[in-house]
This record gives sequence, structure tokens and C-alpha cells, in this order.
Amino acid sequence: MSAGVTTRARPGPPAARAGFGSVLRAEWTKFRTVRSWVIGMIVAAVLIDLIGLLAVQAGIGCGNGRTGAACLQPLPTGPGGEAVTDSFYFVRRPLASHGSITARITALTGRYVSGGAAGPGLPGGGLQPGIQPWSKAGIMIMAGTRPGSAYAAMMATGGHGVRFQYNYAQDFPGLPGRASAASPRWLRLTRSGDIITGYDSADGRHWTRLGAARLAGLPATAEAGLFTTSPPYMKVTSGFGGSNGQIGPSLATGVFDHVGLSGGPGGRWAGQDIGANGPAYSGRQIGFRQAGGRFTVTGSGDIAPVVPGTGPGPSATIEDHLAGVFAGLIAVVVIAALFMTAEYRRGLIRTTLAASPRRGRVLAAKAVVAGLVAFAAGLAAAVIAVTVGVRLSRDQGQYVLPVTWLTEVRVIVGTAAVLALAAVLAVAIGTVLRRSAVAVAAVVVAIVLPYVLAVAQVVPAGAGEWLLRVTPAAGFAIQQSIPHYAQVTAQYTPPAYFPLSPWAGFGVLCGYAAAAVVLALYLLRRRDA
Amino acid sequence: MSRTLPARRVGLAAAGSGGWPGLRGALYAEWTKLRTAPETTWLLIATVVLTVAVSTAAAAATRCSPGTACPADVPKLSLTGIEFGQAVVAVLAVLAIGGEYSTGMIRTTLAAMPGRLRVLAAKAVVLTGLVLAAGTVAVAGSLLAGRLILPGHGFTAAHGFHVLSLTTGPVLRAAAGSVLYLALIALLSLGTCAVLRDSATAVGVVLGLLYLFPIIAALASDPHWRRHLEQIGPMTAGLTIQATTGLRSLPISPWAGLGVLAAWAAGALLAGGLLLRFRDA
Repeated sequence: MSAGVTTRARPGPPAARAGFGSVLRAEWTKFRTVRSWVIGMIVAAVLIDLIGLLAVQAGIGCGNGRTGAACLQPLPTGPGGEAVTDSFYFVRRPLASHGSITARITALTGRYVSGGAAGPGLPGGGLQPGIQPWSKAGIMIMAGTRPGSAYAAMMATGGHGVRFQYNYAQDFPGLPGRASAASPRWLRLTRSGDIITGYDSADGRHWTRLGAARLAGLPATAEAGLFTTSPPYMKVTSGFGGSNGQIGPSLATGVFDHVGLSGGPGGRWAGQDIGANGPAYSGRQIGFRQAGGRFTVTGSGDIAPVVPGTGPGPSATIEDHLAGVFAGLIAVVVIAALFMTAEYRRGLIRTTLAASPRRGRVLAAKAVVAGLVAFAAGLAAAVIAVTVGVRLSRDQGQYVLPVTWLTEVRVIVGTAAVLALAAVLAVAIGTVLRRSAVAVAAVVVAIVLPYVLAVAQVVPAGAGEWLLRVTPAAGFAIQQSIPHYAQVTAQYTPPAYFPLSPWAGFGVLCGYAAAAVVLALYLLRRRDA
Repeated sequence: MSRTLPARRVGLAAAGSGGWPGLRGALYAEWTKLRTAPETTWLLIATVVLTVAVSTAAAAATRCSPGTACPADVPKLSLTGIEFGQAVVAVLAVLAIGGEYSTGMIRTTLAAMPGRLRVLAAKAVVLTGLVLAAGTVAVAGSLLAGRLILPGHGFTAAHGFHVLSLTTGPVLRAAAGSVLYLALIALLSLGTCAVLRDSATAVGVVLGLLYLFPIIAALASDPHWRRHLEQIGPMTAGLTIQATTGLRSLPISPWAGLGVLAAWAAGALLAGGLLLRFRDA
């Protein structure tokens, strides 16, 4: 497939007066008239879709001979639209639109199973004492008992002090340290319409406001009460050739006294196991005891967003459907490098530069044409891969973590932009090296190899993270759709998670492309063509 | 990139022997072409330098602190640079035949030596020799760097790690296998470029074959699918030759893995040879 470059003899205006527009048109004509490049771009788009849709094929079965869509277990979603785990033990009473709940927590203890099968119904004998860092016990005001309802809560945690959390994703710190009989924690939530304000105190007299939450659509009669929950024990040992995660369900027990609720119709405290599913205990091991003013509440589960690996079943992310982008990227890099180096091979570069002596314009026009074509091909392919792929995954029973439309647009357009930047990088490196094979190898090794080393865990986890910070592969961070939550213990590693935020990682790739263009510009002006 | 030397010379040899030149003549011609092409030397040097540099960086970045488990495969860690060096080898091998297509030299070559399979075989032999030599230096340098650096980073006998030595069987297998791995990558690249007849496209396809399998395997949700991908990928299977610990958890046994890569290389060479034989140049 030797790509011959031919320009149509376009009797244009005198060279010196040729504007950027005509240079751009000349380069676009060169690109679209080489059939193998146009076909190559179409191949790139097809590869993105084919590989992306093949990679998500998964034979999911869920017992009783059922497979596919019958196995799909949708997770509850929170007010922000994200999938959530909403599983805890709740001791509640109704609360009117103005009122407050106060409690003192004097102990928070836990038990857990270190590894092995996770799930309810495990024998209690395997439990060993120990609290998880994000085991929680505290007070909560909730819109309803349906999992995923809006809520605001003040809580003591196993390892992160007192927190004010609401609507799953929001988390604010309060008093540090563990609650104990010698050093109890006082918690208070006040409700005024749909505004809930959280306070904590070490002595029950001096209160500190931690924050306020507006819970949209909070009904006139909400649920208020005491809760306890405890996320699974998780231990990750990373080594070469993969990291091993141990996971086991856990229980936590909170002891409360000085419980006061004002602004409700009154009545008895009622205990309820909310949203029992996933790696959590239910049934006999959890519940509450009330003796005098003292409440002992035992629960299991979590009240938090779901991130990859923490859901009750297998879950995919929207960017999992973009595995083919690496194949498309290699094709784009080959074409973009040839777009520049073919001029050197045929000596056409001398004609081009004679026709348009301002060399910077030629380079800029080539970069713009290659970048825009790659962007268009990538955008079309990514839209299909994500929209069709997500539907296919659901048909197979694979749950795809929902994201907002803004995030979806960022992932899709960002993927196309990564391809465009790779094309610009290839044009620039092609100008610097003037040899297509070497330029292709250099760009592919710079963008794809660091990702391979980090994702396939060829290098230790620390080195892999470092590679995804400083190499052009950082740009793939733009595809990360589920944010990192400090209040969720999980394995935040590639490919689901990047060490840099999406836009910072994208910025690193932009920086490399810009630096390569500047170097190419300098060399193109300085060297003989 | 001008490759002008061999045609006349081999033509003379051919005339002297009364028929078209034998494999020796072809070998001599290809050796002269490859030797005199300016990029051959610096690509070979780059193979060695980049492999050793990346291996050294990987060793320098890894520490085994006291009191923690260090489940590292030390010989594999010392040979990390092969992942990088193989890209340079692929470029070298692709240019060995792609360079002829880009300049039109291939027509001269085939006019001088009508035995087209013989031309490809000669290229393969010369290339294999060069890559084996450069690979040996690169692997030796990488292991030496690991041997010097790693004991200072906590990989000591106290943690159950032995000093890297080629006298232990698995280390020797990892080292020799890595050299063979590079040679097979060269043959895969040569065959691929003989099929595609364009250097840039061939480099893209070869790097795609190498790098895409581990990425898709890592992103695949189904563990069986993942294991199969790792068993058939030329890089994922081939590099199992470097593993010295945890052999049971490998997707494929070391020598069988290298065999998978050899099958890829043989397939590419076969396709390239047949197309070269029956297609217009």
C-alpha cells in the first residue's frame, strides 16, 4: 500500500499572497485524493467499533439456566443519577418538616470476614473483631426507605472521625478520632423545610456546624433515626502480573444514648433492614436492641456511590466499550505520519514549500487537516461504540454504571480529541524524523506502550501510575467516567482509574502535541527540505 | 536511503556460476544491503541502549522495603526493557524490506535474483543474525543492571531473592528466551511488511498485534475471554518466557508461549513469501 501523493495543479494566487485558507484547502485536497488514507480512516473507525463491541462480550449466567438480560440487576440510583449502594440498618420514626434529631454515640465496634466468598448467610464463626475505616454509625434524615432516596446524615466512622454526608456523593469532615465511652461523639441534624444542617459536639453543649444540604423533594413527613452500616473488608496486595484483592463482608455495631427527636408525631422506634443485597449481612446477625435510653444498632452494607468493583455484581463503565480506540489510534497515527512523510519520500515537499514558502502555514494546515479528520472519524466511532455497546451490554445482563449526559459527552468527545491529538503528534513527529516507519513507532510507543505497561500490570503499580502521569498516555484519563470518591474503599487502579483527573491528563497529552509541533516548526524552518 | 551496491556484484556472481545465484549469493547481497543502510546501525544501537535503559529504570524504580512481601519476579523485572526494545526491532525488520518498496529498489533486487523466496529467506537469516547479536547484548546489559541495582533495593537473600545468575535454569531460560523473542519479533515484522509493502503501515500493524492483545485482555470483562486473548496474543504469550515465578498462574507455559509467537512469525513469513512469489512487485 504505497501511498502516492499527487496534488492537482491548482493555479492559485501568487505564493506570497496565498492565505492560510488556501494552504488548508491544498492540504485537504491532498488528503482526500489519496484513496488509501481515506480508507485507512474508515478502517480506524470500524476497528474502534468492532473491537469495542467484541471486548464487552461476556457470557453472564445467573443460575437456573438463565443468561443474558434476565440476569441484569439494576442498582438503585441516587438523586445525582449515580449508581449507589444503599444498604444499612435503620431505627426510625417519622419527622415533620421542622424538627431535629440528636444522639450521643459511645461505641463503634465491628467484625469482619477476611476474604473468601462474600455474601449473606455466612456462618458467624468466620468473623473476627475489627472495624472497617468507613464503617458508619450515626443519625440520618431520609426522604423514604426506598434505596437511593435522598438523605443527609451525621456519623461516626471507624477510621475517619465524624462526617457529615448527604446524597451519597457528598462528604464533609468533623471531629477526628474514634467514638468511645471515654470520648463520645454528639451528633445533631436539624430540618427546616428541605434544608438539613449537621452539627457535631464533644460534650453536648458546644456545637459545631459541619454543613447544610438541600434535599430536593423531601416530603413533609420524612424518616429520621439511627443507622449503622459497614462496607466489606478489602485488602489489595499488588505485585507483578496482577493485584490480588481480598474481600469479605463485615458488621458494625454502634451504641447510642441521649437520643432525642423533636418535631415528629411520636410513636415507637421501628427497625428496618434497608436495601439488603450485595456483599453484606442480613437477617439474624443485624438488628437493634433498645434498653432504657440506650440503643445498640448492628448493620452491614454501605451508603455510598458504587465504583467499579464495589457493586453487588459485575458492572461495566461506559469507557469499557472504547477498548477499540487503541487500534483506531494506531491506524490514525499511521495515516497522519504518512500524510507528512510521503511528501519527503516523493520529494513533493519541495513543490509544496515552493508553492507556499511560509513553512509554518504548511505544517499548521497539515496538522489541522489530520487532526480534524481524525476527530471526525473518532467521534462517529465513539458515539456508536458507547451507545450501541451500552445497549448490548445490558442485553447480556451486564450492568453499566450510569453517568450524567455531560460525562458521557466528555468521554465520547474526549476520545475523539485524543485521536485528533495523536494525529497532530504524528504529523509533527513525522516532520521531525521524516521517516514514516520510525515516526509511527515513536508515536505508538509514546502513547500506547505506557498504557499497556500500566494496565497489564507489567510494571509495579507505583511505576504504572507514574507512567500515566508523565507520558502522553495520561490523555486517556479523559475517558474515566466514574469519579474517585474518598469515602469509598476500592481499588482505584487503571484501567478504571487514572492518577490524574480527566482534564489534567488530557492537558498532558495536549502539552506533548504542542511541544512536538513547536519542535517540528523549528526544524522545518531551519532545515533544508 | 540508497541501496545500490549489490545488484551488479551479485549479477557477476550469478553469471559466474552459470545460473541464478544460490542462497549464499543472496545472503551476501542482503548482508551488504543491510550493513550499508545508514539506519541499520543506529537502530541496532537504539535496540540495545533503549532496552538496557528501560530495564535499568524499572529496576531502579522498584524497592522491596523490609517487612513487606515483595512478590516480584526479579529476572522478569530486569528484562522489562524488552517491551520497549521490541518496537525498535520491529522498525529495523520492517525497514529491511519496506525500504526497498519505498525506493523501488525491490524491482532491481528481484531482477537480479528471480528466486523471490530465496531473497526473503536471505533477508530473514541476515536479520535474525543481527537481532540475535543485538538482543544478546541488550539482555546481558539488562540483567547486569538488575544484578547491580536490585540487591541494593532490598531484593536480598534475606527476602528470599538470589543474585541474578545465568547458571540458574529459569534465569537462563528467561534470558535466552528474551533474545529469541526479539528475533521472532523481527521475523514477524519482516513477514508483515512483505505482505503490506509499506513500512509505516507494517509498523502500525505489528505494534497493534503486540500491544492490543494485553489492552483488550485487561479491559475484557469475561475471565475466560481474557485468558484466551492472553494465550493467542504474540506479546502476551511470547513474554511468558520471562516468567520465573508463579508459572502455574500463567495463561500459557513459557516455551508454549514462545511457540505461539513463533507460529505468528511463521504465518506472517509464509503469507509474505507467497505474496512475494505470486504478486507483482
